[in-house]
Amino acid sequence: MEGTIPLSYYITVSAILFTMGALGVLIRRNALIVFMSVELMLNAANLAFVAFSNSYGVLDGQIFVFFVMTVAAAEVAVGLALIVAIFRSKHSIDVDQMSSLKG
Amino acid sequence: MENSGLFFNLVPLIVFLPVAGLLFNIIFGKRMNEKTVGTVASAASGLAFVVSLLLGYSLLVSGGEAHSIPFAEWIKIGSLDIPWTFRVDTLSVTMMLVVSGVGTLIHIYAIGYMHEDVRFKDDVKRYARFFVFMNLFIAMMMILVSGDSYLMLFVGWEGVGLCSFLLIGFWYDMDTLGRPSWANSNAAKKAFIANRVGDFGFLLAAFTMFWFFGSLQFGEVFLKAEEIAASQPGVIMAITLFMLIGVTGKSAQIPLYVWLPDAMAGPTPVSALIHAATMVTAGVYLITRSWALFSLVPDAQYIVALVGAITALFAATIAVGQYDIKKVLAYSTISQLGFMVAAVGMGAYVAGMFHLILHAFFKALLFLSAGSIILGMERGHHHLAHHAKSGDHHEEVFDPGDMRNMGGLRKQMPVTYWLYMIGSLALAGIFPFAGFWSKDEILLDAAKNHTVVYVLLTIAAFLTAFYMGRQIWMVFFGKSRHAAAEHAEESPKVITVPLMVLAAASVLGGALNLPFVHSLEKWLEHTIELVAEHGAEIHGYLSLSWGGLNPVVALVSTLLALLAIGLSWLLYGRNPLQVGQIDPLKKMLGPVYTAFENKYWVDEIYGAVILKPYEALARFLAVKVDWDFWHDWLHDSVIARFFRWFTNFLANPIDLGIIDAISNGLATLTKRSSTTLRQLQNGFVRSYALSVLLGVVLILGYLLFK
Repeated sequence: MEGTIPLSYYITVSAILFTMGALGVLIRRNALIVFMSVELMLNAANLAFVAFSNSYGVLDGQIFVFFVMTVAAAEVAVGLALIVAIFRSKHSIDVDQMSSLKG
Repeated sequence: MENSGLFFNLVPLIVFLPVAGLLFNIIFGKRMNEKTVGTVASAASGLAFVVSLLLGYSLLVSGGEAHSIPFAEWIKIGSLDIPWTFRVDTLSVTMMLVVSGVGTLIHIYAIGYMHEDVRFKDDVKRYARFFVFMNLFIAMMMILVSGDSYLMLFVGWEGVGLCSFLLIGFWYDMDTLGRPSWANSNAAKKAFIANRVGDFGFLLAAFTMFWFFGSLQFGEVFLKAEEIAASQPGVIMAITLFMLIGVTGKSAQIPLYVWLPDAMAGPTPVSALIHAATMVTAGVYLITRSWALFSLVPDAQYIVALVGAITALFAATIAVGQYDIKKVLAYSTISQLGFMVAAVGMGAYVAGMFHLILHAFFKALLFLSAGSIILGMERGHHHLAHHAKSGDHHEEVFDPGDMRNMGGLRKQMPVTYWLYMIGSLALAGIFPFAGFWSKDEILLDAAKNHTVVYVLLTIAAFLTAFYMGRQIWMVFFGKSRHAAAEHAEESPKVITVPLMVLAAASVLGGALNLPFVHSLEKWLEHTIELVAEHGAEIHGYLSLSWGGLNPVVALVSTLLALLAIGLSWLLYGRNPLQVGQIDPLKKMLGPVYTAFENKYWVDEIYGAVILKPYEALARFLAVKVDWDFWHDWLHDSVIARFFRWFTNFLANPIDLGIIDAISNGLATLTKRSSTTLRQLQNGFVRSYALSVLLGVVLILGYLLFK
């Protein structure tokens, strides 16, 4: 298939997405945004999986993506529940407020 | 079995009947009244006597041959096999009859005697205990005389020693006058220790015997004796002399006799039964039993005879100088035992046994009568104290056994007086009383064989008559020298009746072995092979014989005895002793009498020669060796100091320096590193995330650029 988008493009997008996610996790203090950033990183990984899978012609990567999405869904469910619980006790979802577990 | 219809199999009963009696009194004695306790004990002893009679009858019917009745397996180790076997022969049955016969009479007497004694001494509870010990004694004595081996004999030998100890120390917390002190228990210890020295000799004899004969059974030993004597003559000599040491302990001969006079601390029935009639004759029995060994070594026999004769004379002189009624009898017992030992030493076993039997009768009679006198004096004394209740409540110290307090008791205690007279005449050897016959047989044998022994024994016999005369005059004649003697009362029937039986035996006992008839000799011949007249040639008057009785010897000893009694009348009878008067003999003999009075200071000499150095040695060992050397130096200085240093070493450099340092170092390290690391755990999720990111970047970078 000539004229298709080369692999490096996908990888670049994926890297940009991952970097944005990582930066979001590191920089933002709102727990919801941090979550969304984590989702961003997961989806960057998914994108890389799918791109490589398509490029090498094997299905393993695509199957793996399903697993990642499942895990992400579960993680979001647990994470959102945690955030709700934290909000109830602290009246805030600032992650820096939740620093009492320290040495 | 051929013995069916005879009674040999009953023989264990002679031991187990008294044991049953003592068990009954141990278990029920405290709840029973005195009469039951005494009756059971006497019945146990009496039934043993009946069994002994049946055994004697069986022997008589079956011809007098020795019978061995196996009873139980006792020691069985490899080839060593020592069963508990009873030996029934004429010798053992004779001893059984004496022990249980005299024993039973003394048990009955003790019912009355102890009844009063426990009241005079204020401890009624000891009544049952007394009879337990007495029955135990009978059982042990029966084991001694009925054993079929030297080991079984030794069991009895030790057993009677134990009973002797228990009974001498019966009033262990007081002295003979009832004052609180340890005098009586010291007397008991003295008896036990002196006997232990003798027992050591016995044990050596037994060991030697076992080494060379390989057996301790009488039969086997005697069978081999001649063979061994031929090949190793020294062995039999050693065995017999070791045995002699045992005999000097148990039968109170020089040099171990010192315990017997002190043994009078026991209640009077004990003095009569154990320390006069039966236990102390065990040594004589031992020599008689071992006749087969002694007959092989004439030298040892001669030593035995000399020891006996010297003891007989030595103790008789001491008896002359004593004031305590029981002490006189005690020394008299030692003297008479000397006669017996001399007799068996000369090979005159029958004469020795004859004297043993008769002595058991009349010495038991004398001791028990003395007990009756003492009780009479006690009653007189309590009577006085009862009447003089006002004023001083505290009773004076009064010795009811001191002859100087007595006098004139003939009127107050007529029955006892007559009984005592019979006993004294029998002991003095006046015709026709028992002592005459047996003592004469011994003297005749001595005259034929050993002149030295004969002379010693004759003087002893003279002194015997003298001190008994002295005692009679002092106790029963003259005027009362103490108020207690004036108020003395006769003893009840339970006390006097057994005495009458013994008195009858003391009068008629000579009939056992009369000249011409020699029934005892024929009886014992079944067991002891009598060596006929080993003096071979006998000259002059000694060859005279009147059916086995030499008229010259008999006449000499009788005349001497009468002379002695006359002499005692001159000194003590004609002018009775007054209160506080010095003994008339002391005026005559002076320092010699003082020596008699003080028993030749033998106790003091033993004290200085044996006890003092022994105590010094003990003190040296205790203070110097044990305390100073062993405890202070070795334990405290050497071992303890080394140990302290060693523990210190282990504690400080090793434990603190190494073991603790390791664990403390680990703890410090952990603490320091954790203090540092905890800085990282700041609780900010985002910083963790940054760390993770950096870590991932580092790892990836490493993987990419390596």
